[in-house]
Amino acid sequence: MNISTEKKSLMVAGAITGVLSVVLVLLGNPTNMGFCIACFYRDIAGALSLHNAAVVQYARPEIIGLLLGSFLISLAKKEFKPRGGSSPALRFVISAFVMIGALVFLGCPFRMILRLAGGDLNALVALFGFIAGIISGSLLLNKGFTLGRNYKQSKVEGGAISGLFLALLVVLLFIPSLLKFSTSGPGSLHAPIIISLAGGLVVGALAQRNRFCMAGGIRDVFLFRDATLLTGLVMVFVAALVMNLVTGNFTLGFDGQSVSHTDGLWNFLGMALVGYGSVLLGGCPLRQTILAGEGNSDSAMSVLGMLAGAAISHNFGLASSPQGSTIGGKIATILGFIVITTVALVVIQAQKKEA
Amino acid sequence: MEIDARGLSCPQPIIETKKAVDKKVTSMSVLVDNIAAKENVSRFAKVMKYDVTVKETEYGWELDLEKR
Repeated sequence: MNISTEKKSLMVAGAITGVLSVVLVLLGNPTNMGFCIACFYRDIAGALSLHNAAVVQYARPEIIGLLLGSFLISLAKKEFKPRGGSSPALRFVISAFVMIGALVFLGCPFRMILRLAGGDLNALVALFGFIAGIISGSLLLNKGFTLGRNYKQSKVEGGAISGLFLALLVVLLFIPSLLKFSTSGPGSLHAPIIISLAGGLVVGALAQRNRFCMAGGIRDVFLFRDATLLTGLVMVFVAALVMNLVTGNFTLGFDGQSVSHTDGLWNFLGMALVGYGSVLLGGCPLRQTILAGEGNSDSAMSVLGMLAGAAISHNFGLASSPQGSTIGGKIATILGFIVITTVALVVIQAQKKEA
Repeated sequence: MEIDARGLSCPQPIIETKKAVDKKVTSMSVLVDNIAAKENVSRFAKVMKYDVTVKETEYGWELDLEKR
């Protein structure tokens, strides 16, 4: 594939993803939340009673669709490759902190783009934080940080997480009484199940084919001034922006934005923690979800880590609300930077000794 | 020069390749075993003005990079 066809395919995929993201909002999802990987894992954690925040409980079919879409297309294209064993416990911990950071900002990198496309300027502050986090993380990788190699795994290991989410889908469709459903708040706002699922499947397949990664796009520009991956993300933004303008969902400003707060420093730091952790994990929350579908059981650990992080966030009052960030959230964010940096420095030291 | 990037998660294959490129190594082979790494390293190499030859192997791919 030459560069220009790769770019074209990314642009089309980005545009479709951006349009679908707004369509899901028009059909019932919270504003600027056609997709939000972090918010949706949080809602799933709530649906499974891993936390008891009544306003954010819903087994989001979008996530199930993303993961299974990636699983199915990678099987079809013979790209389903069960791999794993690269520091699973560390990945779990880092992913939990990524989730905590995302919930301090109130969105993953994907939703950050959708919030920007809706005119939410708090997301611009967060974007600067995200970039700062990615650059800092890249520096650690340059210094020799690694989570180690992964190895070939069995098909059962590679498919386990897809099986789990398929089971969640079956429960959602046929035994919903096992799950919790918000009756008010963001968790109560959602498009019809079948449309959310279809949207997830389409975007999951597109993201798998095009290796969409919010962190990757920025990383390439920073590392070697190449904007190929970024093109896809820019198209998501442009398509969502146009759709928002056409449908009257665009409101420029900081105040009164949907499911957001105006606490600039913590929007910046929350997303910086997401960028920092994502680079070390090798991908943003969306990419982790897609990789998990492709059979990467390290990314499956990330998915579980994010679910745990969401539960911790709400059980210990770390997640922000439209009123702003919390003391606990601020402490946890700082703690996240300390823990991840300490882990990285210890690994780098050990690598040096080995060399 | 050979860079074994098998089993490394993105973006480490690029970073390892970049280290060699920064040292002005003109010829190297990079071993990768996942598609994202293959595409990312190839894209990086082309931007850095290397010719890339891709060979399929039993574990994945061997990318031969030659400075243009």
